Amino acid sequence: MQTKRTVFGNRLLPYALLLPQLAVTVVFFLWPAAQAVLQSFQREDAFGLSTTWVGLANYADLLDEPTYLNSLKVTAIFAPAVTALSVGLGLVFAVSLDRLVRGSRIYAALLVWPYAVAPAVAGIMWWFLFNPTIGLLPYLLAAVGYRWDHALQPTDAMILVVIAASWKQVSYNFLFFMAGLQAIPKSMIEAAAIDGAGPVKRFFTIVLPLLSPTTFFLAVINLVYAMFDTFPVIHATTGGNPAQSTNILVYKVFVDGFIGLNLGSSAAQSVVLMAIVVALTVIQFKWVERKVTY
Amino acid sequence: MIDRHPWLDALAHAVLIAGVVLVAFPVYVAFIASTHGPHDFMSGLVPLLPGSEMVANYRAMLTDGLSSSGAPPLGGMLWNSLMMALIIAFGKIAISILSAYAIVYFRFPFRAVAFWMIFVTLMLPVEVRIVPTFKVVADLGLLDSYAGLTVPLIASATATFLFRQFFLTVPDELMEAARIDGAGPLKFFRDVLLPLSRTNIAALFVILFIYGWNQYLWPLMVTTTSSHYTIVMGIKRMSDVADALPQWNVVMTTVVLAMLPPVVVVVGMQRLFVKGLIETEK
Repeated sequence: MQTKRTVFGNRLLPYALLLPQLAVTVVFFLWPAAQAVLQSFQREDAFGLSTTWVGLANYADLLDEPTYLNSLKVTAIFAPAVTALSVGLGLVFAVSLDRLVRGSRIYAALLVWPYAVAPAVAGIMWWFLFNPTIGLLPYLLAAVGYRWDHALQPTDAMILVVIAASWKQVSYNFLFFMAGLQAIPKSMIEAAAIDGAGPVKRFFTIVLPLLSPTTFFLAVINLVYAMFDTFPVIHATTGGNPAQSTNILVYKVFVDGFIGLNLGSSAAQSVVLMAIVVALTVIQFKWVERKVTY
Repeated sequence: MIDRHPWLDALAHAVLIAGVVLVAFPVYVAFIASTHGPHDFMSGLVPLLPGSEMVANYRAMLTDGLSSSGAPPLGGMLWNSLMMALIIAFGKIAISILSAYAIVYFRFPFRAVAFWMIFVTLMLPVEVRIVPTFKVVADLGLLDSYAGLTVPLIASATATFLFRQFFLTVPDELMEAARIDGAGPLKFFRDVLLPLSRTNIAALFVILFIYGWNQYLWPLMVTTTSSHYTIVMGIKRMSDVADALPQWNVVMTTVVLAMLPPVVVVVGMQRLFVKGLIETEK
C-alpha cells in the first residue's frame, strides 16, 4: 500500500487520528454485522426469553419460504429494470447533448438536479401522478382504454416503483456518460468520419465500445442502488404490495425484522444481502483497478 | 461536429427537451398541487394550473403542521433535517480527512488492517444491518437525539479514499520542506494540507449534505417522538394521513419543502457537485 517517500515518525499520533473513524466503524458497523451473523444461526422463542442454536436452519428455511422466493423473484425483475431504464435514458441524454454545441450547458443544468431529490420524495410524487382516482396518468391511460390501479394490479405497482426509482437516477448516469464521452479522443471520431462512417455507424463502432467501461461501472452502481437504496421508494408508496408484488429483498428484511419480529430469519436475510453487496463491491473494485492500469 | 446533420441536431434537441420535461413534470404537478385548497382534489383530476392557496398552505404547514391529524409543523422538521445533514457532512469530512492523513503520512503497525476496516463500511449499507444497528443505538440510549440520528452514519470509506487519493498526489517536497522548517505533523496538516484540500472538501460537502438530508429509513427508526422528525421521513407520516382523508395539497407542500434545500445546493454549486460526484466514485 502506498505511502510517502518520507513519513512522520510519531508512534501514537496515527492511532489517535484513526480513532474516531475506527470507533464508529467498530460500534456501528462491525459489531452489528457480527450480531446479524450470530443471530442468523439462532432462533428466539416468541417471548424473546430463550435463544437456541439452530445452525443453518434459518438459511434452509428461507429456501422453503414462498414469500422469500417471491421476494427474490421480485428483486430479480425490479433491479435490472431500474438499471436498464436509468442507464439507458442517461446514455440517450448524454449522447444527444454531446452532439450539440449550443445550449448544452443549459440542458445539462436542467437534467442533473433530480439527483438531489430523496428517493422517498420521488416515490411520493410518482405515486401522486399515478393515483387511481385523481392522478393525471391514469386519466390519460383511461382515454386509451387502460384501467390503471397499482393498489390492486401487481404489474401496475411494479411499473410505478420502477419508474419512481429510475427517475432520480437518470441524472447520475447522465453525468457519468457525459464524462465518459468527453474522454473519447476527437481525432478517432474524425478519422472515422473521413473514412466515410456516418454518425450512426460511428456511434455503434467507436463511441459505444469506448464507453463500455463506464457502462459496466454504472450497471454495477445502479444494481446496488436498485437493491438497497430504493427502500424508501417501496416504503413510501406500495409497502411491498399488492400481494407481495413489490416486496424487494431489502424491504422484506425490514418487515420481517421490525414488524414480524422474526429475528433469526431477518438476520439470515441480512447476511445474504451483505454477501451480495460484498460481491458487487468486489466486482466494482476490479473494474477500478483495470481502469487505472490502462 | 465533424459533419453537419441538421436532422440529427433537431432530434438531439427533441430528445433533450423530452428529457427535461420528463424530469420536471412530477415536480411541476407537485408544486401546482401545493398551491390549491383541499377541495380542488375532489373533482376527479389533479389541477394543472396554479391555485390561490399557496401562501396559506406553506404558512400553515411551516408553523402549525396538520395539528388535527397529529402531524407536527414542518419548521421544526426542516431544522432537524438541516442539523442532520450538516452534522453528517462535517462529521464525515472531519473523521475521514484525519484517517486518510494517518494512512498516507505515517507508517505504523496494523496500517493495512485499519485501511481494510474502513473499507468494510463500504459494504454494509444501513439497510442490511438495520435490526442489530438499531439495537446498538437503543442500548446506548441514543434514540431520539441528534447523536443517534447522525453518528451511526458518519463513518465513510468513500470520503477516506477520496482524501487518500488526493494526498498521494500532493508533492512529497512540500512535506520535506515543512519538516526542514521544523513543522510537526499537526502543523503541517493544519497549515499545508488542509488549505490544499479546500476544493475537495467543498465538493465532498455538497455530496454528503445531500446524502444526509435524504436519509429516510434511519430517522424513521431512531425518532420515537416528533421532536426529532426530519422532513423526508415526515412525508411518510403526511401521506399516511392523506391516504385516510385526501389532503394532497398538504402532502405536496411537504414534498416541495423537502426537496428544495438539496436541489438549491446542487443547482447553486453545480461545478462542485459534479466534481464531488465523479471523484467520490472513482
